[in-house]
Amino acid sequence: MSDIPRLRVESGTVVLSGPWTLAEMLPMLDLLRSGLEAVPASVRHWDLSAVSRLDSAAAVLLWRSWQGAWPASLAIGPLHRQVIARVAELPQEMPPPPVAFVHLPEFLGRQVLKALANLRGLITLFGQLLLDCAYLARYPGQIPWREFSANVYKAGALALPVTALVGFLIGVTISYLSALQLKTFGADVFIVNILGISIIRELGPVLVAVLVAGRSGSAMTAQIGVMRVTEEIDALSTMGISRSIRVVLPKIFGLTVAMPLLVLWTSSVALLGGMLAALLQLDLSLVYFLENLPRAVPVANLLIGLGKGVVFGFVIAVVACHFGLHVRPNTESLSANTTSAVVTAITTVILVDAVFAIFTRHVGVPQL
Amino acid sequence: MNQVPVIELQGICTSFRGFAVHQDLSLQVHAGQIVGLLGGSGSGKTTLLREILGLHRPDAGLVRLFGVDLNDPDVELQRQLRRRLGMLFQHGALFSALSVFDNIAFPLRELHCLDEDWIRRLVHLKLAMVGLGNGHGKLMPAELSGGMVKRVALARALALEPELLLLDEPTAGLDPDRSQNFVELIGDLQRELGLTVVMVTHDLNTLAGLASHVAVLADHRILAFGTRDEIMTVDHPFVTGFFGADRRKLL
Repeated sequence: MSDIPRLRVESGTVVLSGPWTLAEMLPMLDLLRSGLEAVPASVRHWDLSAVSRLDSAAAVLLWRSWQGAWPASLAIGPLHRQVIARVAELPQEMPPPPVAFVHLPEFLGRQVLKALANLRGLITLFGQLLLDCAYLARYPGQIPWREFSANVYKAGALALPVTALVGFLIGVTISYLSALQLKTFGADVFIVNILGISIIRELGPVLVAVLVAGRSGSAMTAQIGVMRVTEEIDALSTMGISRSIRVVLPKIFGLTVAMPLLVLWTSSVALLGGMLAALLQLDLSLVYFLENLPRAVPVANLLIGLGKGVVFGFVIAVVACHFGLHVRPNTESLSANTTSAVVTAITTVILVDAVFAIFTRHVGVPQL
Repeated sequence: MNQVPVIELQGICTSFRGFAVHQDLSLQVHAGQIVGLLGGSGSGKTTLLREILGLHRPDAGLVRLFGVDLNDPDVELQRQLRRRLGMLFQHGALFSALSVFDNIAFPLRELHCLDEDWIRRLVHLKLAMVGLGNGHGKLMPAELSGGMVKRVALARALALEPELLLLDEPTAGLDPDRSQNFVELIGDLQRELGLTVVMVTHDLNTLAGLASHVAVLADHRILAFGTRDEIMTVDHPFVTGFFGADRRKLL
């Protein structure tokens, strides 16, 4: 391998020698190219008999420098001539693959159609779910209890630490910031109202929904997606096991059950954080806080919060399963669908939350 | 090219969770040989291939490719070394997000030295070499049949015109007709490009059609290495069991 590709022009003949392969040419590619370009067009004699190896990359390079025609005389071994002959058989012009231009109306139209297709898919999934429920009501022996409990454990029990941590910190933050404002008005005791209403009714459910969409929603999409890529879903169908009853249904009902429990847990921890911050900042005792909480926050707020938890859990799981079932067998599609699942789930949750806010605007607000 | 062996394995020891796979295994492959690596299931053939590629580091022993130690810390040297070998994975391992054309063009583009026209010509050459047409370039790997995946994977392995080609079960999962085609294809390419080939295979026809040399992996080491005819005469339960009734067909 001590040899290197060489090129020299002597008395009207271009003489190439050494190994002309991609690996050998790479370190001195520019030199060789400029050498080939510098060969005057009048030189029509090429001697390649001293070339030890010639690969197709070098053959393409030579063929291009010959401008797509055999030179007048060429001394070359039969094996190497074959290599160049194969390059010569290629079409002279290699048009680049057409680049697809994207027009704005077309792009927008596509997006709308995609959104409609997703909506349709979600409705189909919902319908399938109802049919499955009817089927399971007739054959209660086939209810997948084990998968259901596994999902409650995975999406619920394993999410306890992270939701607690985030909830506690949010509680501390809100309490601390509100306390600063309330102090200036001397309205310290209203910290109970602010924390109670905001956390139990609004922040708890939404916070948990965002966390769960990122944590469990993406996991569901990825799991179902990979099961599709590896044909595990098809394997289930061939065994006569319904994929929707065994894979989709336990996930949806598991999360629907686990979410309100998570909301309850997170709201409690957030309130605890808020109480501690109030104790430190406003000297408001924990006992006073707890005694006044039921008076300041009617129990309807708790029910609204838990109701939101149920709906949010259902929405997140349905969206995640829908996108998981539409993963095509390649890595790009898997990542795109997981992203869409999380983004759509969070957006839908916020949308549903707004609807909740409008329809429950007269419920659970304390009359002073 | 007869001085340095292309592959040199010395005293390779590998174990998984205390279970020994290779013990003091040694092998030398010289330029231009087509070596078929035989062995029972679980005898560590694929592990050995991964060790040659540097994907798996043996517990002890030395792996040299083209005389360069795979443990050499020189990153640039290692990169250059990798360009000199091509690998055909058992299931193709095509990049599923790229089209067939881009899959083959990928190693060429990674050199950052070639212009697009050059790359296009080379990709078309490679496609033609493995018997695929221009139109196949636009397809995505998910749209290909099993045999086509293998062909595209071979074209990608050959993109840099490597001196050493490693094949893991090249004909597994192909019907006899296609696998015969594939064997002929690899044989033609080997003659044209002067490759050194190491392949793992279970298929006797592939072995008979391609291999010039056979290495038998059993009892945690290379039990026998030699030309096909020499291996036939080895008297070991695994070898006689493996060739068994087919021994005549091979000769």
